[in-house]
Amino acid sequence: MNREATLSVDTATVERLMPVLRFADQARRALQYPALGIAGLFALWYWGGWAIGNNEDTMAFASFAPGPTLAAFWDIVSSGAVWSPIESSLYRVGWGLAYAIAIGVPLGVMIGYFLTLKQVTHVPFQFLRMISPLAWMPVAVLAFATWDAAIIFLIAIAAVWPITYATAHGVQRIDPMWLKVGNNLGANPYHTLRYIVMPAIAQDVFAGIRLAVGVAWIVLVPAEYLGVTSGLGYAINDARDTLEYDKLAAFVLVIGIIGYMLDAICVRLIKRSSYHAEG
Amino acid sequence: MGAAISIDYITHHYPGQEAPTLKDIQVTVAPGETVALIGQSGCGKSTLLHMLAGLLLPSEGCVRINGHQVIKPSPRWNMMFQKPSLYPWMTVRKNASLGLIFQGRKTDMRERIDQLLETVGLSEKAEVNVQSLSGGQQQRVALARSLATDPELLLLDEPFSALDAFTRVALQDEVTRLARERGISVVFVTHDIEEAVAMADRVLVMGSNPGTITAELPIDIAHPRDRNSQAFVDRKAELMGYFGATRTLAADKGSAEAEAPTPDTESEQDESSSSESRARVRAA
Repeated sequence: MNREATLSVDTATVERLMPVLRFADQARRALQYPALGIAGLFALWYWGGWAIGNNEDTMAFASFAPGPTLAAFWDIVSSGAVWSPIESSLYRVGWGLAYAIAIGVPLGVMIGYFLTLKQVTHVPFQFLRMISPLAWMPVAVLAFATWDAAIIFLIAIAAVWPITYATAHGVQRIDPMWLKVGNNLGANPYHTLRYIVMPAIAQDVFAGIRLAVGVAWIVLVPAEYLGVTSGLGYAINDARDTLEYDKLAAFVLVIGIIGYMLDAICVRLIKRSSYHAEG
Repeated sequence: MGAAISIDYITHHYPGQEAPTLKDIQVTVAPGETVALIGQSGCGKSTLLHMLAGLLLPSEGCVRINGHQVIKPSPRWNMMFQKPSLYPWMTVRKNASLGLIFQGRKTDMRERIDQLLETVGLSEKAEVNVQSLSGGQQQRVALARSLATDPELLLLDEPFSALDAFTRVALQDEVTRLARERGISVVFVTHDIEEAVAMADRVLVMGSNPGTITAELPIDIAHPRDRNSQAFVDRKAELMGYFGATRTLAADKGSAEAEAPTPDTESEQDESSSSESRARVRAA
């Protein structure tokens, strides 16, 4: 092999390695700060567990510490016991959100479009919005035949406001010229909605859905404390009654992880629905 | 075939305004003719154009296109605005296709749009998002969008005023060429005297308070027009004279330039010949 050939082989190797190196570097940059945050949270948790365990009054709760919790977490995941409550909870949140979207998006479009409607609805909607959904619990239990339906109602009534107002905000931001141009090109109301309004507000709608998912996931757990015998809220309550604090903490962990994942999905949807050019 | 337009005694009041914005406007446009509406800001020329498009109804009088009263927008007459106002979530092709989609004319839509994009020089950009285009390219997409539905009448509301000088001149020539090729009638609003002379068969000068048509000037120069020809320069000067005539003491060169509504576009003109010929028009 002559010298030139050796050189070209080396260059080729380096060139083949370059993407890998670049990827490693990007991964490090992307992950270093989140890793720091996660480590910080674990440190705090560890310290809390240690403090509880060393205090005579709180010693009974020592299994909230990371060690027992992670062990219990592994238990419920490996035994499969974690899936059934997750399924029940996601079912309720899913339907609650579906109703909230089905009501909130059209409502938001109309509020954003008709100034009068915005003015008429302002006081009643802000009033209703500020009532904790859990305050409706007794009403919901009376009004709906099943506990599931009552919980779905509570989630929907909590989630509908962020979706409504984010949608309305998006509609108000539509460039009036877009509507004028559409009108000028002979768009009928359906065309206007389908080709102009919906794409223009998609990002705002998904931003509203993201907020709604957060609210819904928060409302879910206390709602499941009452009545039902399934779901993550019930699992937590159940663990408390049987004094299995490690299991309780493990379900708290599950709630956090799933909540994070739902939020990440929403973020992805927001990005995908954005029409703004990248960069 | 181009549309015949008849603007019949239009008077328009905006709500809450005492003086009419437009008063007794009466104009006819022959099929295939290109007419410029020129005037200072606030003379109501844009209002008049919106009425032609059916985007605004006059308080009194009416607009008729081919004998039919205009009461709403139609794909048969299409308006282009100062901003291209393309939909940023769509590709060039989708933007250009919208008029056809709204009309439900989806058969051979692809070929039609391909042809149009070629006409406006954007074939290679067909599948690109419009946000990546320059201002001139965006306005070309808007032009393709307007032409897609085979309109009989094109209404232009200062569509080139936001573009740089080179792009503006290129698009002025292109629109004129396309409109003439297809026999489309064109009515456009501008405050750029050169644009009026470059594109129009006839220029209507509008005065304000109330908005009326104060003068009419045929531009009988053959196409394509050479912007440096004597006839062109004379016409420009003549038109400038109409604006000078509404002012006092605009005799010297300095104020002649100040009168030009868009001085930057007028800079390449031969100033001495301009004021000379204007003086001639005045004397006449």
